Amino acid sequence: MGGVRLLVGTRKGAFVLTSDARRERWEVAGPHFAGWEIYHIKGSKVDANRIYASQSSGWFGQQIQRSNDGGKTWEPVGNEFRYDGVPGTHQWYDGTQHPWEFKRVWHLEPSLTDPDLVYAGVEDAALFQSADGGRSWRELPGLRTHGSGPKWQPGAGGMCLHTMLQVPSNPKRMYIAISAAGAFRTDDGGATWRPINRGLRSQGIPDETAEVGHCVHRIVMHPSRPSTLFMQKHWDVMRSDDGGDSWREVSGNLPTDFGFAMGVHAHEPETIYVVPIKSDSEHFPLDGKLRVYRSRTGGSEWEPLSKGLPQQDCYVNVLRGAMTVDALDRCGVYFGTTGGQVYGSADAGDSWTALVRDLPAVLSVEAQTLA
Amino acid sequence: MIRVVLPVHLRTLARVEGEVGLELPGLISQATVLDALEARYPVLRGAIRDHVTGKRRPFIRFFACGEDLSHEPPDDPLPKPVAAGEEPFLVVGAMAGG
Repeated sequence: MGGVRLLVGTRKGAFVLTSDARRERWEVAGPHFAGWEIYHIKGSKVDANRIYASQSSGWFGQQIQRSNDGGKTWEPVGNEFRYDGVPGTHQWYDGTQHPWEFKRVWHLEPSLTDPDLVYAGVEDAALFQSADGGRSWRELPGLRTHGSGPKWQPGAGGMCLHTMLQVPSNPKRMYIAISAAGAFRTDDGGATWRPINRGLRSQGIPDETAEVGHCVHRIVMHPSRPSTLFMQKHWDVMRSDDGGDSWREVSGNLPTDFGFAMGVHAHEPETIYVVPIKSDSEHFPLDGKLRVYRSRTGGSEWEPLSKGLPQQDCYVNVLRGAMTVDALDRCGVYFGTTGGQVYGSADAGDSWTALVRDLPAVLSVEAQTLA
Repeated sequence: MIRVVLPVHLRTLARVEGEVGLELPGLISQATVLDALEARYPVLRGAIRDHVTGKRRPFIRFFACGEDLSHEPPDDPLPKPVAAGEEPFLVVGAMAGG
């Protein structure tokens, strides 16, 4: 009868939440990899039992874990991420050049067609690919060596490749986003990339409209409209209708356009979600009220969604990887907080409940809609 | 038999309980002990020493016989009690909280 599986990465382990299609009762399994940071955990679209997890630690480095049974059991696979050739340098916080150094995997993106093919977005920013289910990894160096690398710089979370989008109708086209470099697109399956940041404007870089250097927090796309992208930038919510060639601001009536997380409704390509955060130094909701904002017009016009969410004394953050949707009807929307809550809505955001309240700080949430 | 004690997270990762015993011919050094450890438990590659540089990860320490050996040359002989199996070689996660 189907249902939903939520894959939740936290600062201290991974959790798997499951429910039937009613999405009223959730079972919580975990922690898996207790004590380790799980930046991202994501399942294959072609084999829901195949799941990849990024397990990392300041002490013990990076591991990639793989499950073939829907997250019940796991096996470590390959953890060697070696940059192609001499890695070179990027910009450091103070503007000096700093060597490229691998730190961790932020994002795992299983192929839409092959469960053994998976991409990894890493810090310091680069894109890797595995064709053998995560056992071995090779860099797709065309991104890092695009030429603008020396101008890329770390955001507060590090210089991370945190987002990757695949286009179902055109496997050659992919989008990625890097903090703080910006968004990039390939039209040849990852061999070559170009920055797609025209229209972005960012304080904090000498040229506010530079080709690279923008702190893009998240980009999302509805799979049926692969040329329309939505972006939560450090500040500003943006939209592109030409595959990122140009962007325009759609922050509209948002009370603040700073934020991290973003989502697109599974069945309504113009319905999008953000979680406004007060500012770049105050990483919590405005006025202690946790509110998701929804636009049914692809941006510019936004409505607050607060039913079931704490409306006083709430000072959590919602990180960039911590919002997702399921594909049921009505669309389920989910997000996790740094306070350890995972909230879910089974009615496209109209009302919310805490599916679980006291996990470690949530880094990422991904939904699998099960047949 | 060289005795190696791993921190709990690496024991979990390698799926071992208690100490690890390693039979090593020849020189007993940090490098030969860690080479043998990683050969038996490949999942530990990169978790103690960096994949690229081969150097000890910054938040890993090596102790034995009440001494901190973290900064000793990796090819130097380990203390005789370690080589004789009387004392363990300790791989330790730095006391850094978190």
